[in-house]
Order: sequence, then C-alpha cells, then structure tokens
Amino acid sequence: MPDAVGLEVIAGELRERSEGSVLETSFERGSATLIVDPEPILSVLRWLRDWPEQRYTFLSSLHAADYLPAEPRFAVHYELLSMERAERLNVKALLPDPGGDDLPEIDSCVEVFPTADFQEREAYDFFGIRFRGHPDLRRILMPEEYVGWPQRRDFPVGGEPVIFTNTEREVPGWYR
Amino acid sequence: MGAGGTGLEIERASDLRVRQHRARDLLRGDLEGEELERYVEDRVLTTTLEKALTWARSNAMWPATFGLACCAIEMMSMVSARYDSARYGAEVFRASPRQADMLILSGRVSIKMAPVVRRIYDQMLEPKWVLAMGACSSSGGMFANYAVVQGADKFLPVDIHIPGCPPRPEALLHGVLKLQRMIQGKPDLGWRRRYNAEGTEEWAKELPNA
Amino acid sequence: MSETAVVDRTAEVMTINVGPHHPATHGVLRLLVQLEGEVVKDLKPIVGYVHTGIEKSCEEKAYWKVIPFVERMDYLAYYFNMEAFCGCVERLLEIEIPERAKYLRVIHMELNRLHSHLVWLGTSALDLGAISMFWYCFRERDSILDLFEMSSGQRMHTRYFQVGGVMEDIPLGFERKVRAFLEEMPSRIDQYEALLDRNEIFLRRTKGVGIVSRERLLELGVTGPLLRAAGEPWDLRKAEPTLCYGDLDFKVPVGTVGDGYDRYRVRLEEMRESVKLVGQALDGLPEGPHITDDRKVALPPRHELSTSMEALIHHFKLVTEGFRVPPGELYYATESPRGELGCFVVADGSAKPARVHIRDPSFVNLQMLRDMSLDGYLADLIQNLAMLDPILGGIDR
Repeated sequence: MPDAVGLEVIAGELRERSEGSVLETSFERGSATLIVDPEPILSVLRWLRDWPEQRYTFLSSLHAADYLPAEPRFAVHYELLSMERAERLNVKALLPDPGGDDLPEIDSCVEVFPTADFQEREAYDFFGIRFRGHPDLRRILMPEEYVGWPQRRDFPVGGEPVIFTNTEREVPGWYR
Repeated sequence: MGAGGTGLEIERASDLRVRQHRARDLLRGDLEGEELERYVEDRVLTTTLEKALTWARSNAMWPATFGLACCAIEMMSMVSARYDSARYGAEVFRASPRQADMLILSGRVSIKMAPVVRRIYDQMLEPKWVLAMGACSSSGGMFANYAVVQGADKFLPVDIHIPGCPPRPEALLHGVLKLQRMIQGKPDLGWRRRYNAEGTEEWAKELPNA
Repeated sequence: MSETAVVDRTAEVMTINVGPHHPATHGVLRLLVQLEGEVVKDLKPIVGYVHTGIEKSCEEKAYWKVIPFVERMDYLAYYFNMEAFCGCVERLLEIEIPERAKYLRVIHMELNRLHSHLVWLGTSALDLGAISMFWYCFRERDSILDLFEMSSGQRMHTRYFQVGGVMEDIPLGFERKVRAFLEEMPSRIDQYEALLDRNEIFLRRTKGVGIVSRERLLELGVTGPLLRAAGEPWDLRKAEPTLCYGDLDFKVPVGTVGDGYDRYRVRLEEMRESVKLVGQALDGLPEGPHITDDRKVALPPRHELSTSMEALIHHFKLVTEGFRVPPGELYYATESPRGELGCFVVADGSAKPARVHIRDPSFVNLQMLRDMSLDGYLADLIQNLAMLDPILGGIDR
C-alpha cells in the first residue's frame, strides 16, 4: 500500500489536476482509500493508470456497497493494483440515492479497464447502479426479468417479507 | 478324516451319484410327473414378471449428469474408484436425459435454474426417480434467501432425500441402495400413481373452432 | 469487376446454446455461441444458474457464522475462501494469529491447491477424452480428503479456519500421514505426465489453441495460472506474502506461449511446488497455540470454563452475539488455485458484517473465454473451457 504520506501526495496531485475530485483520503489498518466525487471518476482512473509514477494498471475488483442509514448511500469501490510496486489503492466513489424510481448513475470505466465489464453488470444487478456508457448493461446473476435490487439493505433476505401464520387473518391465503 | 468326515464324503458322493442318474434320466426323457417337477424347481428361479422387471430396473439405474454445485464433486467421488457406484448398477452417467432413469439433484437449485431442472425432468422417460442429494436440494439447506428454491420438491417429485452438506459418498450410495430397495418393494410405475397424484393432470384447453 | 456483392451462400451463422445442462461445461454455465459451420464467431456466457445469494445471507449472520457460507462459494478451494474472509476480518480487528496457526493454514491451503488442481486435471482430461485420468486423479483426491477428514472431521467445507487461527490443533498421526502422502505424490504426478505430456492427441488439441496475449489478459483482469501461462510472473504468494509464505522457499512456474498446453504444464508444476511447500511447512511447524489468546475473539478452551468466571462470560458473549468489529472496510486478497481471491468486508461496529463481497477469480477470468475462442472450432471451445478452470459456485456466488 502507499503509506499515509504517499497517499496524501497522490491526493494532492489529483486535487491540482482537477479541483474537487478528491473529497478526502483515508488510511487505516494498512489500506489506503481515496474518496472521490463520482463525476470526474474516469479522469481520475485514467490518471492513476497512466501517470508514470502511479501506474496502477490493474483493476483487481470493482464492487459496490450500500451504507443505508448513512448518506450518500451507495459507493462504488475500485480496487487498483500496481504490479510493479505491489501496491494497492482503493478509490471510492460516493453516490447519493436519487429517490423514487431513479437509479444512481456513474460513468462506466470499461474503456479504461476492460475487466470491469462483468463486475459493473453485477453492481447494476444487485444495487441498481447504472453505469453510463457500458456496452451491455443487463442483469448477470439474477434472472433477466427479476424486479428489485437484491443486495440493497432494504431488500429483505428472503425476497419477500416473511408472513407468519399468526398474521393469517390479516393477509388470508398469503401462501397462494 | 475320521468316521464323520468320510461319512459326509460318502453322503455327498451318493448325492452326486443320485443327481447324475437323474440328469441322465432327464436327458433320456425318463423323468416324469413329480420327479420332473422337482428337478425343474431345484434348478430354475421362478418369479413374477413384475418382480423380475423391478429387480432388473433397480440394479441398472443410470443417473443423468446433473451436478449443480459442491455436492456434484462428491457425486463424482462416488463414481470414482474408491466408492465405485458402478458395482451397484449406476454404471454410466448419461448426459442426455432421454437415456437416463435417475436424476441425482446434487447442489443448490437457484430460481434461475429451477425451470431448467423441471424441463430436464420432463424430458426423462418413465419410469424415473429423483434423489435430492444434500441439504440444499432437499430443503434449501443453509441458504434461506431470495435466490434458492427451498427444496427441490417444490417443483419436482423427489423420492429420496439425502442429508449432508455435502453428504459423504457413502451416504449417497446408501441413498441409491435405499432407492433400489424402494423400487423393488413398490413396483408401481409412474410417479402419479406413486404419489396419489392421479387426476391432477392439466390438459391444454380445447380451442374453439373458428 | 461486377458491382454486385458476392453472397457466400455457404456461410450461415447459427446461434446455438451450450448448457446450462451439459456434460462439458464444468457446472451450470450457459454459452450462447454463434457458429459459422464449426467456427465460433461470437460467444456470450450467461451465468447465474447457481446464484445463491451468499453475500446477502452473510449480512444476517455473526462473523463466525459467515465462514461456512463463504467457503461454499468456490467449492473446490474452500480453504482459500475461508482464508480470504478470516484474513480480512483479522486485519479489521488488528489481531495477529499465532505462528502455529499460520503454518497450519498454509499446510491446509497448499493441500487444497493440490486437491483443486487434481479435480481440474481429472475433469479436463475427461472433457478431452482421456477418461483414465479421471480415475487416477480422484484416487489421489480421496487421499487428500482423508487428510482433511483427519484434521477437521469433514471431507469438504470443513470450516477449519476461524477468525484468529484455526479451529483445532492437528491430531497425532496427522503429520505422519501427510508425509506418507507427500512421499508418494511426486511419483503420481510423474504418472500423470507420462500419460498426457507426449500424448499425440492431447498435444494436437492443446498446443497453439486459445492463445491470448499477456497485455490483453492484464486488461481483462485475469490472474492465477492463466496469467502465468502467458508469461507474466505474478503470484500473490510472492508479491504480497501473507501467513508464512515469506519463510518458505518455492518457485512459481511461468509459461511462455499461453496456449492450452502451457496452462496444463503450469498447473502440473504448481502441484509439484505445493507438495514441496507442504513438506517445508511441516518441517517448520512451530509449537504454540492454534488460535489467538484474545478472548474477545476466540472461544476460551473448555477446561477454563469450569474455573474462570471471565471465561464463562466470554464464551457466552461469543456464542450468542459474536465478537464485534470496529467500523471500517478492507479488501484482502489471497492466491487461490484460480487466481486472486479477494474479500471485501464492511464492518459497522456490530457483530454482523454490513457487506461481504468476494472477488472471485473465476468470475473475472470468464471474460477471457470470448477472446480465447473467437475464430476457433467448437471443439477448441470445449478445450478452452476446460483449461480455463471455471468454478460456477465462485462465478455465481
């Protein structure tokens, strides 16, 4: 991992290049995280990949998380790896929930890291995060016609709320 | 050695001699009546046709390859050399459901896979049996969530449930043998008769003639 | 020259469906293949047929109850799933596991790597028609499973690794049995090589087939033996040594061309290296506790429960509620037989994780199937799939 100082250096350079892209840095338990604004995410990733001192050319993992009571609700994590220096850097893009039927949106990074193809589809499938510019954004692990975003925190584990038999008089014939 | 020993030998020798004479008589056509009947009974296994059929059927059940998840690896282990299932008749795993008579559902059945499993089951020819191997296909196992069907018997008639996560190959073999004994005991064919489900067929509605 | 376009009436594109129920797809993988004759023109993998919602279920369970869920993902490399999760939680808790536990973990993980490669070899050779390999590989696999059963009581999915160390110390006689196994294993690997290495049919089917360039593999995020077969010497055991890999001496096999034959050879050499690693780890196994002393994380030994009140309280709290992890999130990666297996855990201060995500190597490696198989024959597609070593439990989670 880049140590805390190295992380601040990276954050400083990114802030110089584009104002307001890096919101904060976090270095805890040996892992470095850059928290960024979702709008300029492509330029941030491109810079981290191409700049000669950084060269984080490998995207280990792209995953999303739902921090429900906290705002902003969603975050997309990009785990970057520099194979030359064996260093990992986590870039976290925070996305607020637009509310209602709208889906949170962020740019797709498939042109920057082609490995993100299946992983963005998985984030879309489970959290409903739309990736603008993805070549083929559709459900990957759930059936294509499934309604609902299963891994959101307010989605019940069983897919449907459990109705016990003592509520039978409230919802008669719930088993049909 | 000794009186007893030689006595036995003499007895056997006389028995053998007697049998030889009887065989010679049969070949000459001299045996008749009760002697002939006893001769035939001693040598020929008679049984009802049904029993013979079920015996043959149960000892030659060919499973369909249906490995879904971890239980599939233990199923492969059952087929391999140590826990050889071929000695009990499950000789070859047929890939085509048309040629198989047993479906070993090994692994968790997800909601996306359930219609596929049902279609494969429908393609199998009667008589057919289903073993739900492992906790996940018997009852959903440890996965009580939106993605796993809580037990394959929600959409398939299952004959034997085998507990375990994953069940040892010996447990699976025990299940197969139990299925064989079940078949020999209850020779009804057709799962609708077996499960008292006659009268539950659904037929496509007759379209009115235009 | 005539202006009209020449219509090639012999080229007809046919879209067929391979799977999900298919003997050669290594699980329930569905491929939509566009064929022109026998040549593959386009390929789309459709996955999700064994999706079990493990990540969602994990959010409902205490941390130690998550371990059996997570190990059923990549169901051939269960120790690696456990290591990824336990390592991540241990980093979040900032505890160190004792040395003996590290060595025991490495022994079991390398035995599991052997087991995974053996099953791969058996089933891949079966796909290519070499059925005898299946029997031989499963014979060895049963010996390894006997060892696992000796140390933890279960053949597969042993939940042997716990947060803080391992569940139980190894019994007497385990070391002797492992050494006996290690003595005969190299000669068995020689037998496999003798069967397949110079087999004309195997060579014709695997040499020069399914080549993807190293740069393209890095772009696609492929790791593990597939990347090493193409010439990139990247192995997390050497690059980011965790547990006791830093103290052990082993080589990392790297291929040259990146075709099916190289992938096969890389995995066979990895089997040999694993045998050496287990031997070295057994030699260096230190004495000591097998799980951390921190009673807030690991259960106290049973003999203390009758004498010490604190031990009883700790036991009660750990079993009913489980240990709490201070808020934070972390990604921890380990080198599984298929590549980089990473685990991302978000802890919110309670006894249950708020998010568990496993970065499964097969899921990411599956993206290279299209590159491997374009403009090849359908039979080569089956061979590519075999050499890719996909495990659908990991892909679908």
